[in-house]
Amino acid sequence: MLTTKQRIWWALGTVAVLLYALFPVAAIFATSFKPSSELTSGTFLPSSPTLSNYESILAGDAQELFLSSLRNSIGISVISTVLASILATLAAYAIARLDFPGKKLVLMTSLAVSIFPVISIVTPLFNLWRTIGLYDTWPGLIIPYMSLTLPISIWTLTAFFRQIPWELEQAAQVDGATTYQAFRRAIVPLAAPGVFTTALIAFFIAWNDFVYGISLTSTSAARPVPAALAFFTGSSQFEEPTGAISAAAVVVTIPVVVLVLLFQRQIVSGLTQGAVKG
Amino acid sequence: MSAATEPGATSSRTAAPSSSTRNATSSRKPRRSARRRAEARLGWILAGPAFVVMLAVTLYPILQAVWESLFNYQLTAPDDRTFVGLNNYLVILTDSIFWRAMGVTTLIMVITVAVELVIGFALAMVMHRALKRLRGLLRTAILVPYGIITVVSAFAWFYAFDTTSGFVNSWFDWVPGISSDLNWFAETPTALIVIMASEIWKTTPFISLLLLAGLAQVPGDLEEAAKVDGATPWQVFKRVIVPNMKAAIMVAVLFRALDAFRIFDNVFIMTQGSAGTEVLALLAYRTSIGQLQIGMGSAISVLLFLCVIVICFIAIKVFKVDLAPAQGGK
Repeated sequence: MLTTKQRIWWALGTVAVLLYALFPVAAIFATSFKPSSELTSGTFLPSSPTLSNYESILAGDAQELFLSSLRNSIGISVISTVLASILATLAAYAIARLDFPGKKLVLMTSLAVSIFPVISIVTPLFNLWRTIGLYDTWPGLIIPYMSLTLPISIWTLTAFFRQIPWELEQAAQVDGATTYQAFRRAIVPLAAPGVFTTALIAFFIAWNDFVYGISLTSTSAARPVPAALAFFTGSSQFEEPTGAISAAAVVVTIPVVVLVLLFQRQIVSGLTQGAVKG
Repeated sequence: MSAATEPGATSSRTAAPSSSTRNATSSRKPRRSARRRAEARLGWILAGPAFVVMLAVTLYPILQAVWESLFNYQLTAPDDRTFVGLNNYLVILTDSIFWRAMGVTTLIMVITVAVELVIGFALAMVMHRALKRLRGLLRTAILVPYGIITVVSAFAWFYAFDTTSGFVNSWFDWVPGISSDLNWFAETPTALIVIMASEIWKTTPFISLLLLAGLAQVPGDLEEAAKVDGATPWQVFKRVIVPNMKAAIMVAVLFRALDAFRIFDNVFIMTQGSAGTEVLALLAYRTSIGQLQIGMGSAISVLLFLCVIVICFIAIKVFKVDLAPAQGGK
């Protein structure tokens, strides 16, 4: 049992962590409900909260800009996550289970790519994409996003797959299952959570991208949300877009919060995969 | 990067198809080598596509950048492309703008990593010791900054400190130096404080999760023994906990340092590099995408890339960091 003193310390510690993690989110959340007359009031909470900022990005002036960028962000992030998951699952399976010359090379390459400064490849891609017509298109972002999503996926999945007891497959075969049945019944249920978790982390990384987003797009045809936020303007040139940006920021943060609430355990284990070894 | 080992390499390799028990039939030798060849082929069929894609999206562009950095090449006058050798590098390396950006970038890297290590350790300690009931809540809370878009974090901090829309000035006007008309983004030190605050807030969760994984590795009985012998909590921390998770600390620091060196989003949103806050990544972006000076921009990109390699090299050779464990820094 805890003493009263310990209880108080735990309560204080927990409150401190919660404040640290959530206060900036609360700040932008509060700002998103401020009417434009209150944006300069210098207070934390709006005194007469309004939904007008949300109206402006979902149905009003900024609708075109925001909704198209939301569509781009979701589409491009999901496609590059799925592609990376497929490629990484195949590669990680080979690395974890097969013995072949060069598997260390594949792992080292994924490590090297993940520390690669994105800005260094943006200049050549910018020039190349303009030449071959990929500038400001979905594939023009999906391809470079692989440099973000693929290395982490390979690395995390390899660590996950190494922990799978592959003997189960043989055991199932001994019990009379066909190769496919053994794989389907014994291995897939064990591997699926790892693939899912990895995809989740890869999605966060793609969703977060800003450098590719502003460098390789110029219109709403492919511009993702983070880049679009940087180009928001007020409804008139004399008005700061503070309210609209805050509302848009809240909208794109909601999926993150929901995913984190649902899968915090998996995300933590995925992020620290391999970190506990040695 | 030869010092790195594979993830989970210490876990037992199980049931590799090449295990000799399976082909214990006649004509062992040729069959085994045929099997090995087949396994190698299958391995590359499965891992090959991912390998090729990774090289295609990084190695090819960086080689292209190296090549283009040798030219005087501007998209505004593409036909005037002339070979200038290393002249672009000479221009950059003798330009005070570059060195200033290098200094600011290094400063941000050193300060953010140092602060993140302290806060990250505190958060990891709270999570590590937390009661079962609180653990889920704490982890969920800490993952929120991790998952949030960096640009959103930048706006949240920017609006909080902004002179017109922010609440920080009116909340903290009792602090010496802060008044209602303090413009945080007009001077280098104050602008850098807000930029670094946003960077630290967003990325500390990652460092603390790595440290949490490291804390789990510290043998509990060693801690107990030290306490029994009368060690103070600080002594336990310094003599038992830190030495036992040195590897995790080093990896967390290196990955965050590399990440911080590439800082771009926060600076772009808050100051666009004004008030002396220009960092290397932003300089590269403005030169090539903004001014369409592909040759010069490529040269800055290559230099930035070389800096990352040098940091890595120093970490691995001087501090003997085993790079393997960490991933997913953003």
